[in-house]
Amino acid sequence: MILIEAIKTFGSYLLLMKRVLTKPERWLMFFRRTLHEIYQLGVNSIPIVLIISLFIGAALCIQMKTNVESPWMPKFVTGYATREVLLLEFSSTIMCLILAGKVGSNITSEIGAMRVTQQIDALDMMGVNSANFLILPKVTGLVLTIPILVIFSIASGIGGAFLIGKLTGIMTSEELTLGLQHEFTVWFVWYSIIKSFFFAFIITSVASFYGYTVKGGSIEVGKASTNAVVSCSALILFSDIVLTNIMMQ
Amino acid sequence: MIEAISIYKQFEGKTVLEDINATFNNGATNLIIGQSGAGKTVFLKCIVGLLAPDKGKIIYDGRCITTMKEKEKITIRREIGMLFQSAALFDSMSVLENVMFPLDMFSSMTYKERLARARACLDRVNLIEAQDKLPEEISGGMQKRVAIARAIALEPKYLFCDEPNSGLDPQTSLVIDELIHDITKEYGITTIVNTHDMNSVMNIGDHILFLSGGKLAWEGDKTQILNTENEQLNEFLFSSEILRQVKEQAFKHK
Ligand SMILES: Nc1ncnc2c1ncn2[C@@H]1O[C@H](COP(=O)(O)OP(=O)(O)OP(=O)(O)O)[C@@H](O)[C@H]1O
Ligand SMILES: [Mg+2]
Repeated sequence: MILIEAIKTFGSYLLLMKRVLTKPERWLMFFRRTLHEIYQLGVNSIPIVLIISLFIGAALCIQMKTNVESPWMPKFVTGYATREVLLLEFSSTIMCLILAGKVGSNITSEIGAMRVTQQIDALDMMGVNSANFLILPKVTGLVLTIPILVIFSIASGIGGAFLIGKLTGIMTSEELTLGLQHEFTVWFVWYSIIKSFFFAFIITSVASFYGYTVKGGSIEVGKASTNAVVSCSALILFSDIVLTNIMMQ
Repeated sequence: MIEAISIYKQFEGKTVLEDINATFNNGATNLIIGQSGAGKTVFLKCIVGLLAPDKGKIIYDGRCITTMKEKEKITIRREIGMLFQSAALFDSMSVLENVMFPLDMFSSMTYKERLARARACLDRVNLIEAQDKLPEEISGGMQKRVAIARAIALEPKYLFCDEPNSGLDPQTSLVIDELIHDITKEYGITTIVNTHDMNSVMNIGDHILFLSGGKLAWEGDKTQILNTENEQLNEFLFSSEILRQVKEQAFKHK
């Protein structure tokens, strides 16, 4: 029963995406809306990304220094491990989980409110492809800005490690730099960014789907945004495993 | 002119519309009245193509919308202005931007021309001074008027209103009614209004359809409606004391 429901939901998601991924009616309007979404979804997320990454970077550094580093391990292990965790998982997957909460619920409630107040019907009645008009700029906006958010997150995390080293004096900058530069693989940065493209698409499209298909009143909008965040998070974690399997082998 | 030919609609086995035939003429305000749940909204949605009827045809000046492809439907939709029960203004846009929106999307006018047209429409509904406000900053009645301005921006051939007066006081309702009526006459639009406001019926009912239990139970104009023999309609109409008195007086004068 649940399986059939899930397949049905996935089917209607695909049908919605078919309507979303078409050529915009008016390019100028599309660019204007995309720019707005870049600001709304991307730029407005920079502070939270910077702050969270800074703290996680700092915490990672302390953990690695006090719990992982030991006399028989090389000196560079703290910096090295901190960098790898940030690059491989935190700045893409975990950061996108956080964004699913912030951006995802925002998208669902915005589109859901438009649905229950008949604004989407009004668009359809005018002969506008409402799915394309409302959702494509959001998808494009976040997919375009996510690499920047990932880079910011990595940078801020590393900044956090340096900062905590300085503040607490547990390790010197030279020691940390040595680890950070140890066996650096550029591919990992790309890996992080490539993953984040998928996650950005999941967040925006799934959250939009939940909002677009709201039925009923404002209570339903609230429920839909909770469901959207849960679904986005689950899908991000699942696709993280799939993508890692594909790209790291 | 819009024709509805033998429209049937069921939801999960429950018949909501049954064999409805009607003709709606240009330059006339056609009212659909009936109790809550009679199927007014479903009928209107069938007419505009938001719902597909199970059987029957809807014909817009010779073009049958029920058998049309989605692409062709869009051309007809651009000739339609629609007023929703909740005004449905885009809440992220100012009043002026709302009215300009259909022009931005579908007209080939220059920015200046679009601006002039939008201002003219706002002026028509007497709201030019509110052009820079957001929908949330104006009253419900004003929102309805902005929605009318938006609906007429592209000079539609057809205008549909689902309960334009719900949630408005009688005076404001009158303003909205007369606006709809005047615009219909001015531009020769085919207008269909869903309502259960008896004031509207008496004010602007050029052609009135009474739906009851999903069937077309009565058809006529506002002079005929007071003297109808139809029992269901009488029950529906004269549930209001004032109208009962009006009717009695009318009989006395005879
Ligand atoms: N999408 C739907 N699914 C199932 N049943 C529906 C649907 N839409 C309407 N109905 C049913 O159709 C009947 C007619 O509803 P409709 O909304 O047309 O009434 P109405 O005349 O517009 O009433 P009101 O004056 O309260 O707006 C109702 O019994 C309603 O339950
Ligand atoms: Mg209704």
